[in-house]
Amino acid sequence: MTGKLMQGDEACAEGAIAAGCRFFAGYPITPATDIAEVLARRLPQVGGKFIQMEDEIASMAAVIGASVGGAKAMTATSGPGFSLMQENIGYAAMAEIPCVVVDVQRAGPSTGLPTKPSQGDVMQSRWGTHGDHPIIVLSPSSVRETFDFTVRAFNMAEKYRTPVILLMDEMIGHMREKVELPSPEAIEVVERVSTSVPPEWYKAYENTPSDVPPMISFGQGYRYHITGLFHDERGFPTQRLDEIDPWIARVFRKIERNLRDILIYEADEIEDAEIVVIAYGATARSARHAVKQARARGYRVGFLRLGTLWPFPEEVVERAAERIHRVIVPEMNLGQLALEVERVVGRRKVMRVGKANGEMVTPQEVLDAIVRGVSAWL
Amino acid sequence: MVVKKQERESLIHERYLRHHKKFPHVWCAGCGIGIVMGAIVRAVDAVGLSNDEVAMISGIGCSGRMPVYVDFNTMHTTHGRALAFATGLKMVRPEMKVIVVMGDGDALAIGGNHFIHAARRNIGLTAIIINNNVYGMTGGQYSPTTPTHAYATTAPYGNIEQPFPICQLAQAAGAAFVARSTVYHARELSRFIAQAIQKEGFSVVEAVSYCHTTYGRINKLGSAVEMMRHLKDKGVTQKTFEALAEEERADKIVRGVFVDRDIPEYTRLYDEIIARAQQTVANGRTA
Amino acid sequence: MSERYEVRLAGKGGQGMILAGIILAEAAILDGKNAAQTQSYGPEARGGASRSEVVISDGEIDYPKVTQADILLCMSQEACDRYFHDLKQHGLLIADAVHVERMPTSRAVVVPLTQWAEEATGRRITASVVALGFLAGLTGLVSRQAMEAAVRAHVPPGTEEINLRALAVGFEQAEQFIRSQSK
Repeated sequence: MTGKLMQGDEACAEGAIAAGCRFFAGYPITPATDIAEVLARRLPQVGGKFIQMEDEIASMAAVIGASVGGAKAMTATSGPGFSLMQENIGYAAMAEIPCVVVDVQRAGPSTGLPTKPSQGDVMQSRWGTHGDHPIIVLSPSSVRETFDFTVRAFNMAEKYRTPVILLMDEMIGHMREKVELPSPEAIEVVERVSTSVPPEWYKAYENTPSDVPPMISFGQGYRYHITGLFHDERGFPTQRLDEIDPWIARVFRKIERNLRDILIYEADEIEDAEIVVIAYGATARSARHAVKQARARGYRVGFLRLGTLWPFPEEVVERAAERIHRVIVPEMNLGQLALEVERVVGRRKVMRVGKANGEMVTPQEVLDAIVRGVSAWL
Repeated sequence: MVVKKQERESLIHERYLRHHKKFPHVWCAGCGIGIVMGAIVRAVDAVGLSNDEVAMISGIGCSGRMPVYVDFNTMHTTHGRALAFATGLKMVRPEMKVIVVMGDGDALAIGGNHFIHAARRNIGLTAIIINNNVYGMTGGQYSPTTPTHAYATTAPYGNIEQPFPICQLAQAAGAAFVARSTVYHARELSRFIAQAIQKEGFSVVEAVSYCHTTYGRINKLGSAVEMMRHLKDKGVTQKTFEALAEEERADKIVRGVFVDRDIPEYTRLYDEIIARAQQTVANGRTA
Repeated sequence: MSERYEVRLAGKGGQGMILAGIILAEAAILDGKNAAQTQSYGPEARGGASRSEVVISDGEIDYPKVTQADILLCMSQEACDRYFHDLKQHGLLIADAVHVERMPTSRAVVVPLTQWAEEATGRRITASVVALGFLAGLTGLVSRQAMEAAVRAHVPPGTEEINLRALAVGFEQAEQFIRSQSK
């Protein structure tokens, strides 16, 4: 027998271990608790450390502290806890601290429906913390992909010195399906950029050619300053525009120039399609089911599944919708990613199939939209 | 002897401050924070630590700026969260001495939850709370240690809340070491901080200071010199305090080491968890 | 068997519906098939409505939830009332006679699962495993061998034997049921 039954949350925890995660701080919350439970057991087995903090604010803070100490670090939560983490996610963005934040989305706002899925945190994952900042957000559609994307999230966090958000949902987090995990040697693991310059030359926020300055852990003889204030290349607070502006430009540039590495998506039969469905996360499962049914009935339906939600893959979406009159965006919210699709392809082309009541968008609902969408312009 | 001592002091300043880069500092002339900073670096020197093995973590407020000036591994975090950041760092770098500098609003209002839980875990951090009874940086709002009836910009008719007794709170929450001194008693303060740094476990030093710029002005307490004199006059040792009559005790600031107990430190306990977990794997069980 | 086979196990929290779903999905995988198991439950650890859904297929499973169930197991009246409407036209409804009084259709297979469990193991909680054995025996959806391995792998340590006994009772009752129908 190949493959075994595995839960999404468990795959996330195992992906973290495989990526080299050695620190987890978290606070119990449905439907993300399973990740903490697995890591409480697994991390010490591999010499890593787990701590249950007093709340999600502290969890996010401890993750950043651990990353500064040199450990690959992660936390996992759901909507209410994700709201509390926003403060220190901003700190990680400002101080360029690699870390992974998992949000297993549940229906909200507020306490909402703790055991029911949602994709209501799409915009929060982008704009939840205050101020302009780049962010990377990945959203898996299967248990296996949860494993893979957790590894990728760590790799991107370390490679680009940035917080990366893994936007799961209750459906993917709690579901169990047959999974074949890759062998350890088949997994690419990226380490953060270091340096061998002498300590007196080291600048933690230097404008390097790669736009990603090397990061040295605390306690290694390179004593430097980290702050949530705007800072100069050495990390000390500044209010000088000639120091602030280059920093802002650099942190956006380091993401934008690496889109080929960061953007994950899957395009299927887009070329001769008369309609395209764009989906992500658990909803992509409903969408693919519907797309297959529609094709069986003779409709020419393209399917674009987004793994990376932020930075929003503008060019990918633009190209997919270029010659097409209708784009369907099913999601478990009332049109959050649809807003981005509309921005890129124009409002009139987009049909939203949204739901925010804790139920999945069904294949039938997507199929109905496909039929409506085709007949609308024929 | 006197010359020698001066030489040593100048060495301390050379060794521990980012003196050629980051001064002058942001604090008001006459503020007590600088004295706390001096007490910390003298304590680090007395304990014999190298700069590399020390981390200083702060939150937000006047105290939050201190890490800029000291030549350690330094981190200026978000408001109230310094202890939580420090917890993560200490977990992965247990060999480091992590000193967390906070103000009273920082540590006890927005960070109150983190404070009691860090104490409860008894994680090996040294928390130094500079208590000036007010939010100074934002201009004089009442804090969790503002005395009842005192005035603040947000208590224009007098404060109706009770102040937190920092040391008792730390003791009840489980800290291994708890002490209090004032910025007037700078040598004693430095000694307590040295003891705190050496203590395995969560150690708390309350450094009683003042804010003549906001709190002092609003409450008509006079200049920095007068507020400092108040600390000198009212700051008494535990022994002196106990000898006082009940009616004489009310306005006193009790100095001394209140708690010094040996309880297992968190990161050491976690090392045992790792050993247990790895033993489980070695035995072929999945726990 | 159609390419995609959908099973819904519905009852109350504490009846073991979610674990039953996991065991069924595991057994399908052991048989070399593809399986996805999802669940829906409320805040209560005991009581409230609880359901587990298993989709089994020889191919890839896109939508992991039930669209129209091929098999519906009902361990409570509420489950029966609520989910009967999206059972397939010729789908199989198995209801526990101990918990379900009003049947929505005369075609339902109504058997005393909980009573069988109590008689066989002395524990009502094993009714879900009796149900699995009965369901598998009746439909041949998964092999008995795979079921036994899946039960061993997923029930709480120390309860393997009584759960295997419960499973066996389910299979035996299914055989008897088939014999009684063919007469």
